[in-house]
Amino acid sequence: MKTIEQTTDEILNLAATHFKFPRAELQAGDDFYKKLGIDSLQALELLTRLENHFGVELPDYEVQGVSDFHTLAERIQARL
Amino acid sequence: MDNYKGKTLSWRLSDGVVELALNRPSANEIGLAMLEDLERLAASLPELESKASALILFSEQKAGFSAGADLRELFEGAQQMDASSAAKGVRAFLNRIHAVLNRLDTSPLTTIAAVHGVCFGGGFELALVCDLIIADKMARFCFPELRLGLIPGFGGIPRLKRDIGNAVVRDLLLTGRSINATKALSVGLVSQLAAEGEALRLARSTAAQTTKFDRTTAAAAKRFIKPLPAEELRREIDIFCELFMRPAVMDGLRKFVENAGPHPYLP
Repeated sequence: MKTIEQTTDEILNLAATHFKFPRAELQAGDDFYKKLGIDSLQALELLTRLENHFGVELPDYEVQGVSDFHTLAERIQARL
Repeated sequence: MDNYKGKTLSWRLSDGVVELALNRPSANEIGLAMLEDLERLAASLPELESKASALILFSEQKAGFSAGADLRELFEGAQQMDASSAAKGVRAFLNRIHAVLNRLDTSPLTTIAAVHGVCFGGGFELALVCDLIIADKMARFCFPELRLGLIPGFGGIPRLKRDIGNAVVRDLLLTGRSINATKALSVGLVSQLAAEGEALRLARSTAAQTTKFDRTTAAAAKRFIKPLPAEELRREIDIFCELFMRPAVMDGLRKFVENAGPHPYLP
């Protein structure tokens, strides 16, 4: 079982790779919409990337209103 | 017409395969312009069907296959009319799009949707007319209509119910959630999963296989296994029109259209 820190770290790595953003500049508490400058369609890409990586399903309503990496990690952690 | 380039899509016939490319920025929203181009395709189908074995439907837009109906056009059109005229206008649009999609659904060609990115609402319904869906691993399918107080209006429910189990249809419809391509494969919606950027290549390979078969036999097999759920499709239009003019729907559409933030208005 991954820890929440491990899950968060993997999310930050995936987001940095997918959006070609410097990993070192991403923190768990960041608002990913603002920090990465992404829109809702790009957030869906991240959601799909995360589902594929972790092998989970994240229904839209579970992540609605979520905009920081740490809360996203909590939602994923609950389904691992 | 073997080749065509319209405002929102183009097609070309080559080696027995029609490749139909959707290309309306930003995400192939389906409004009047795309409907008119699709009607041109439907009118050209008899000629194309006499020369081809397969048709591939794909998107040239980076965002995905299609984000669905053009809700801005729908809302703004309804606002410019009185309620009775708006209701008639919506029903006329649905009748026209159903006619085109039913024609594609029952074409003797083997039809393949090559899907990447978003495949939502009316875009999902367009993919569902195809015999096979080949999806990129980053594709995502969704019926968000209930989140705006509506049901899918382009034939999505009857076609999905024809193709996969009712429980999955209820899940997608009643929660309004989106599912990824791996999930779509597991429930039988998608027939092949492609690596990122490879859906069109797999669709071309599959289409090439179909060109080896006797067309009369392939068309007979398709007619036998894929009946058109005509009565349910007609009923869907009625239900959509009954729901459409309610103030709650107009309010939801207004919030969706006028929202300028990064999060779409989708309750």
